[in-house]
Amino acid sequence: MDFDVLLQVLDSTVRLATPLLLACLAGLYSERAGIFDIGLEGKMLAAAFLSAAVAYVSGNVWLGLLAGIGASLALAALHGLASITFRGDQLISGVAINFLASGLTGLIAQDWFRQGGRTPSLPNEARFTGLDLPFVQTLEPVPVIGPIYAELISGHSILVYLAFLAVPATWWILYRTRFGLRLRAVGENPAAVDTAGISVVGLRFAAVAICGVLCGVAGAYMATALQAGFVREMTAGRGYIALAALIFAKWRPWYALWACLLFGLLQAVALRYQNINLGGVVIPVQVMDALPYVLTVVILAGFVGKAIPPRAGGEPYVKER
Amino acid sequence: MTFQKSLLGASAAIALTAGAALAEPAMIYDLGGKFDKSFNEAAFAGVTRWVDETGGEFLEIELQSEAQREQALRRFAERGANPIVMAGFGFADPLSQVAPDYPDTKFAIIDMVVDAPNVRSIVFNEHEGSYLVGMLAAEASKSGTVGFIGGMDVPLIRKFACGYAQGVKAANPDATIIANMTGTTPAAWNDPVKGSELTKAQISQGADVVYAAAGGTGVGVLQTAADEDILSIGVDSNQNYLHPGKVLTSMTKRVDNAVYDVFSQGPDMETGIFVMGLANDGVGYALDEYNEALITPEMKAAVDEASAAIADGSLKVHDYTSDDSCPDLQF
Repeated sequence: MDFDVLLQVLDSTVRLATPLLLACLAGLYSERAGIFDIGLEGKMLAAAFLSAAVAYVSGNVWLGLLAGIGASLALAALHGLASITFRGDQLISGVAINFLASGLTGLIAQDWFRQGGRTPSLPNEARFTGLDLPFVQTLEPVPVIGPIYAELISGHSILVYLAFLAVPATWWILYRTRFGLRLRAVGENPAAVDTAGISVVGLRFAAVAICGVLCGVAGAYMATALQAGFVREMTAGRGYIALAALIFAKWRPWYALWACLLFGLLQAVALRYQNINLGGVVIPVQVMDALPYVLTVVILAGFVGKAIPPRAGGEPYVKER
Repeated sequence: MTFQKSLLGASAAIALTAGAALAEPAMIYDLGGKFDKSFNEAAFAGVTRWVDETGGEFLEIELQSEAQREQALRRFAERGANPIVMAGFGFADPLSQVAPDYPDTKFAIIDMVVDAPNVRSIVFNEHEGSYLVGMLAAEASKSGTVGFIGGMDVPLIRKFACGYAQGVKAANPDATIIANMTGTTPAAWNDPVKGSELTKAQISQGADVVYAAAGGTGVGVLQTAADEDILSIGVDSNQNYLHPGKVLTSMTKRVDNAVYDVFSQGPDMETGIFVMGLANDGVGYALDEYNEALITPEMKAAVDEASAAIADGSLKVHDYTSDDSCPDLQF
């Protein structure tokens, strides 16, 4: 593998890891506040559809992004209503959201555009295109650093940089602000937070809303930056891989970044080298596709440290009976 | 009481005869959906043509999951639909179970052979059409490297890839062919993001013409090819209009003709195996106002010559499904 190929694979890794990373951080906020969210997939799908539809109709990709975030927020509010206000089962609510999004996007898209549950292709003005970072031309001739800067770091859409900036931001919010401390506390011991006179319900709704915004960005990235339009079921299970990455990262932001990059790298390698030949032994492409899940099971089984979820995760908070 | 009974009996008899006399044709689309811009849409085009010409009524359903195949077949058969057309190789197993239960109903399956007296099996010589677009790809390529992106890794898609590879080698024996499959599950038909990444990977390996035989995934392939300013080749329906000037051609598979034919013949349809190839215009390549600037007269002459040779049998294109191997391509 020469240097150019390495760069291309890493470049592909960044593109594939971005939706995973956004969804993974979304899940991190929600689950750290004690609300399990299996509906990441559904929220991404709804956001992907509405962002593409609005971007196509208005011709403005930023309006599309806002609409995508709006769609995802609406589903997040539904999840919050079911699992926080009415104390329903969080897993069932999440599964319901996935089904709802899967059916609803296809139905509305078909009714709206009459193209079989897809949106028309977006023109380039209505998409997030790659950004050229400053000094690309001046740095390009520099060996090693030049190509890395030009190929790998520059040339992605703005949402990619946003996703990567969200990692330190999440770390700072969770570990360096009062809000973050309370958010983590509400996922571990909501009774203690309540005793201190802070609204458990309010905090949990805030966390679910942040989750909705991040899922919205992830969906809009897939439909308006990676692709030029929405296709039915286009998230293709990425919400579940993001959940696996979240467990793999043990619910911590920096580890989430590495987990998503690792899973993205596995996909990129699988796409580039369909069957890997290791001196006589051929590794079929299915092994690479399954590896994220296998790694997650290994982590869950406790072979590599312990993955301990937030203690109050999955339990609705009941103040008094 | 007796009067009521006879009344009930009479209405039941009317209902039965109405059911039998109904005999509307029925169309079952595969998971890709009626408007997939490709295979199923071609079937729908055939149905539309029949409706426009005859003004007839028909039944149709778009499948949402694998589990619905047998259910949909039985539902239509019970309602008295005749003939029942299904698009897609996935119907082979359900149909071989259902067909014997309804000996008076005629079935037609596209892309697979089911051996039953009341079934018409329509198969296409995709390898012949793919051979032609492979020749065009090799002649349009400046780098000498061309790509193939399949959907789900099944023998049918390998048949496309194998015919394509033979066409490429026929036009340029030194050409390199990069063939990738999107996946091994039905999700591979609808993952345009993965299609895009595969296209980018092939471009970085030098490919400047990419042939997509991948259903909804192909939308991502054609889009990325247009974004990266290389040529792509569409499949099944004529997809040239999707990105004018960027789609070299499309391998057309006249599913519409096959469906139209079945609908026109109605319940008296002939059964057996029907092979649609270059000789009877079952497959071909698309040339229209969107791609005429890309196909030079020399390219057209070479392809038409090969097309005629295949049609009269003097040129044989190897069919992957005949022996599960391909002379010009390793999977």
